[in-house]
Amino acid sequence: MATRQTQGLARLMRAPAIILLFVWMIVPLCMTLYYSFLNYNLLNPGMTSWAGWFNYQYFYTDPAFFEAIRNTLVLVLGVLLITVVGGIAIAMLIDKPIWGQGVVRILVISPFFVMPPVAALIWKNMIMHPSYGVLADVARFLGTSPVDWFAQYPLTSIILIVAWQWLPFATLILLTSLQSLDTEQMEAAEMDGAPAYARFLYLVLPHMARAITVVILIQTIFLLGIYAEILVTTNGGPGTASTNLTFLIYRAARLNFDIGGAAAGGIIAVVLANLIAIFLMRAVGKNLD
Amino acid sequence: MARATSRKARIGWTVAAWLVALLIFFPILYTIITSLKTEQEAIAGFDLIPSFTLESFQTVQSQNNYFRPFTNSVILAVGSTLLALIVAIPAAWAMAFSPTKRTKDILMWMLSTKMMPAVAVLVPIYLIFLRTGLMDTRIGLTVLLMLINLPIVIWMLYTYFREIPGEILEAARMDGATLRDEILYVLTPMAIPGIASTLLLNIILAWNEAFWTIQLTTTNAAPLSAFIASFSSPQGLFWAKLSAASVMAIAPILVLGWFSQKQLVRGLTFGAVK
Repeated sequence: MATRQTQGLARLMRAPAIILLFVWMIVPLCMTLYYSFLNYNLLNPGMTSWAGWFNYQYFYTDPAFFEAIRNTLVLVLGVLLITVVGGIAIAMLIDKPIWGQGVVRILVISPFFVMPPVAALIWKNMIMHPSYGVLADVARFLGTSPVDWFAQYPLTSIILIVAWQWLPFATLILLTSLQSLDTEQMEAAEMDGAPAYARFLYLVLPHMARAITVVILIQTIFLLGIYAEILVTTNGGPGTASTNLTFLIYRAARLNFDIGGAAAGGIIAVVLANLIAIFLMRAVGKNLD
Repeated sequence: MARATSRKARIGWTVAAWLVALLIFFPILYTIITSLKTEQEAIAGFDLIPSFTLESFQTVQSQNNYFRPFTNSVILAVGSTLLALIVAIPAAWAMAFSPTKRTKDILMWMLSTKMMPAVAVLVPIYLIFLRTGLMDTRIGLTVLLMLINLPIVIWMLYTYFREIPGEILEAARMDGATLRDEILYVLTPMAIPGIASTLLLNIILAWNEAFWTIQLTTTNAAPLSAFIASFSSPQGLFWAKLSAASVMAIAPILVLGWFSQKQLVRGLTFGAVK
């Protein structure tokens, strides 16, 4: 099929996508790098000057920066833990011979299609509100005092909301993987008297390993950029208790108009994402063929 | 699993699964219920039976002109997806049917552009939009969303196209089909399901995008994600109204999502899990 003519045509067909993505990746990134070395505030654009490493130093000595890094990691790891463990459990439950499996699947997958601001507002108001929320009603019913979630446990509250959004995704992918498990092998193991935990540990879990890797990989990409959930619930507070790196940079750029500082933060975010990506891309690369 | 299970065990598993499913679905269900309540009912404590009033839906439309962000969402989601398909179909086609040594590298590189955190380019994109007058315009945001989702679109299409067997082309050629016939009558019908599921999934992703839409719009081009986010403070305790707006914002995509759940796995895992 690969005559010279078709090869030329193929190149022509690929070119627009490659050029677009290349420009989209390189141009803004170079601009961010350039701005990160400037003293540049939108409130005072006339005073723009070369800053050297000042913006990076400023970030590095800001205690909010380390808290943001810590919050970012806690958020990602917390959500991953809940969604992977919960996803495995729920996928195995749905995979059992149950009535109405189709409907159960639809109910479980639904939160994934709820846009982040809506998910956050539903939880903030109807579920976690300290006096009118459902959880407050439950607490009163049980005779304990309601919890003021976003004031007392801001980061945990956000982890719960985001985990609710991503649990369906993990469940669906793990269920898909589970359904391709060889049932004969399972039956053989059962006949040989392997107990349930051994079947899970030595047959089910290894079979799902690849799907679990994919879930972790894809969720990490999205979880590093969590933004709207924080904006509409805690707005990063109290203080900076629920500010992640994305939110910190947003604050520098949009609320403090500090273009140089936000750009330096952006570069730091790229470095962090790349460190994680290098390690994760290897896993996906192996799964390609 | 086709093993014989006792009726008792089956009932047990069914009850457990339904309980978990309802618990997960509960926040959405409760939002739907609250949207059918009056404002007084909405904060009157836990109650699953609303008075089935449509008052809140009317209020959202008359006070906030709901129709505008809704139209913006449709234009942005559909527009950016169609633009992405125009660029991605030829590219994915070429990579699937005449791959070169570098095709795999190119695909991995495309995927790696998704790893770039959005916030890293917030400053330049914001300034470009500000200076070129693209701020708060539908066209600017449509192009941006197209670029963001382009790698996923190319990947999805590629995994679908790659499954079209090459032998079928040879068979068609033996039967005297021209290149035009091949594309029109052999390849296109086989490619359409893949293109359709890519379209569906990408509309969902674009509809729910909430970082750039909030950063780059105010009122004119604001889609539902930005519109709802602005509800967070001033609307305070108007929960029935908030719920009505939320229901209208998620309902279309929820239905689309239910139809595309199988493709979702493939699409979002770049074909790694099927």
